Amino acid sequence: MTDVAHASSPHLAHHFEDMGQQRASASLGMWTFLGTEVMFFGGLFAAYCAYRFSSPDAFRIASRHLSVLLGSINTAVLLTSSLTVALAVRAGQTGDRKEQVRYLLLTMLLGVAFLGIKAVEYSMEFKDHLVPGWNFSYSVLHIPSDVPERTAERTELFFVFYFFMTGLHALHMIIGIGVFAWITHRARRGEFTPEYHTPLECSGLYWHFVDIVWVFLYPLLYLVDLHK
Amino acid sequence: MSATIEEVETQRTEENYLTADYGIWSWFFTTDHKRIGIMYMISITFFFFLGGAAATLMRLELMTPGGDVVQAETYNKLFTLHGVMMIFFFLVPSIPAVLGNFLLPIMIGARDLAFPKINLASWYFYMVGGLFTVWAILAGGVDTGWTFYTPYSTMFSNTSVILAVVGVFINGFSSIFTGLNFLVTVHKMRAPGMTWFRLPLFVWAMYATSIILVLATPVIAVAMFLIILERSFGVGIFNPKLGGDPILFQHLFWFYSHPVVYVMILPGMGVVSEIVACFARRAVFGYKFMAYALLAIAVIGFLVWGHHMFVSGQSMYGSMVFSMLSFLVAIPSAIKIFNWTATIHKGSLSFDTPMLYALGFIGLFTIGGLTGLMLASLAIDVHVHDTYFVVAHFHYIMVGSAVMAYLGGLHFWWPKMTGRMYPEIWGKLSALVVFVGFNLTFFPQFVLGYLGMPRRYYEYPAEFQVLNVMSTAGASILAVGYVLPLIYLVLSLWLGPKVGSNPWNATGLEWQTSSPPPKHNFDVTPVVKEPPYAYSEERNLT
Ligand SMILES: [Cu+2]
Repeated sequence: MTDVAHASSPHLAHHFEDMGQQRASASLGMWTFLGTEVMFFGGLFAAYCAYRFSSPDAFRIASRHLSVLLGSINTAVLLTSSLTVALAVRAGQTGDRKEQVRYLLLTMLLGVAFLGIKAVEYSMEFKDHLVPGWNFSYSVLHIPSDVPERTAERTELFFVFYFFMTGLHALHMIIGIGVFAWITHRARRGEFTPEYHTPLECSGLYWHFVDIVWVFLYPLLYLVDLHK
Repeated sequence: MSATIEEVETQRTEENYLTADYGIWSWFFTTDHKRIGIMYMISITFFFFLGGAAATLMRLELMTPGGDVVQAETYNKLFTLHGVMMIFFFLVPSIPAVLGNFLLPIMIGARDLAFPKINLASWYFYMVGGLFTVWAILAGGVDTGWTFYTPYSTMFSNTSVILAVVGVFINGFSSIFTGLNFLVTVHKMRAPGMTWFRLPLFVWAMYATSIILVLATPVIAVAMFLIILERSFGVGIFNPKLGGDPILFQHLFWFYSHPVVYVMILPGMGVVSEIVACFARRAVFGYKFMAYALLAIAVIGFLVWGHHMFVSGQSMYGSMVFSMLSFLVAIPSAIKIFNWTATIHKGSLSFDTPMLYALGFIGLFTIGGLTGLMLASLAIDVHVHDTYFVVAHFHYIMVGSAVMAYLGGLHFWWPKMTGRMYPEIWGKLSALVVFVGFNLTFFPQFVLGYLGMPRRYYEYPAEFQVLNVMSTAGASILAVGYVLPLIYLVLSLWLGPKVGSNPWNATGLEWQTSSPPPKHNFDVTPVVKEPPYAYSEERNLT
């Protein structure tokens, strides 16, 4: 039916007129998907804000028990991975196969490093009895005796948010690393050329988004007590 | 309606989307938007009758003041089942996933949706979500109501809340995938000449709906996720005993669940615009206003969720703002009613089945909308909150309007989807039965609610019995009205006369391709040269 258009590229799906249309659709689709992700994390951030504004002390007391050092290192690791992704996408635009693979592998490595550090943090918090619904204990928080009961309760709520939000973020990273494994495989086969590198670009967008979520999580969770 | 013999002859020889492949796997692995639409149609019909059966039992129980058919616990499970099935598994996907899937690409002259595989995945997510919810029923049911309010749902209910919530959560992906697909398709895949203001209003409605699906669904996903967390680990996100705030749940829940009402009604508005234009043989009056009104409803709809929480304990000033914003929605809604009426006013009308449903929609939506204004007023809402007045109001919108529009659309495009015409007599008859049955069921509920009968109770004081009996009688008529189309539409697949490409002599690209359409919709990509609804004298000679 549109054999002429089909002949132009092996990557053109049957229902698109040309590569430009296909690429624009994929890109808009990815941005729309990120919009849904913003709303997803947005709901959680809104819930976080509701409790933080009504019980600021609880969040200060609880936040002290996170490791600012490891959190900061992880922030640096993740921001660096954003750079390597950007370089991988750039290599896609120039069609440099070796560079694509190199930067993608580097990104995955940084992603794994982030998850490793996160796992160390989780195990520290587990040992400190800070996991709500599992082994949470108020005693380790050294809550001053003069704070109201509601504040004390909401220190636990802080950790609910901490584990849930960083957990969801980590899940997104694991998915991202999985996607990159597949993209790296395709890059090695030389699929990405200056004319066609949409999958590389879209997965890059996803990774940047996951990084940005962390950029919000880091101050909201780790730096609560540092601003005074 | 009358296809010429030559037309029918050529249809026979042509391959269409139904005959392009054979075998069950050619359906389960299809990426054809038309086949996926049909698969959705079959599945939502199943869930519709499941939810309908629950409603039937409830109405039977309410025929007498005491509890004789079922007792309180079962009754609570029935209304939860009814709400969850009808809202998440019937109304939300109904018009978008069935008619939208089937028609949207054809209407804009595309060969498929932008992401056919994601479209197929949406059906699988829908089915898995549905199966989880059915599992919840088999495991004993859920008694929280479709709203899953905390802390009852997380601390006290002894029923299969988690299964149902997981089902709703998974189903959310199907909504998001559909919305995302539609948005990108409308933006990027319109045929040459199909400018934004040449889009049929049905496409505009799908576009506005998709914005809501994409932006609101993730928020209920969070709310459902947090319920699972709180219920399984006993942490206190919404539980006041552990420092949580139950009102926060209501905010998250209604941030999705109010806009989702527009997911049910906007597509219906799109369908009705198409039908009214065709059977009035006239362009829709104020086309641009109609398109903008759809967008306005979608956008303002995001800012009114607090009107479900006037008595929840939220800030009084918040309530006042939410009340005011809710009134604003009436403006674009009224524009739509006005413009449909104006379209009909000077049209040359005919009253085939789809038109009967469309006219029913306009009338019932007006009643549903006006009572909505009453409920948006703080003082009245405090009086009738959680009474049958609210039940009647939203059923006028969700059943009287949305289901009517779905049925109207189904009849209107049935010949396009199947290549066969349904029996017109039976169509008209069941449209009338539905209209009568619906009003008899729900109008008495306005009165009941205003007199103070609360919703979600299995028994009531004896003085309410007459009105309840009327309502139950109406429900049985309504049930007949829903079973009839199921029978004659299915039979028409074999017995219905074959039709040509344009049995209604309607405008729109979907009527230019054969019935049923070929696998890739058009043999040659169409070029659009005229505005929508270019009905003229020649076309009137049906
Ligand atoms: Cu509402």
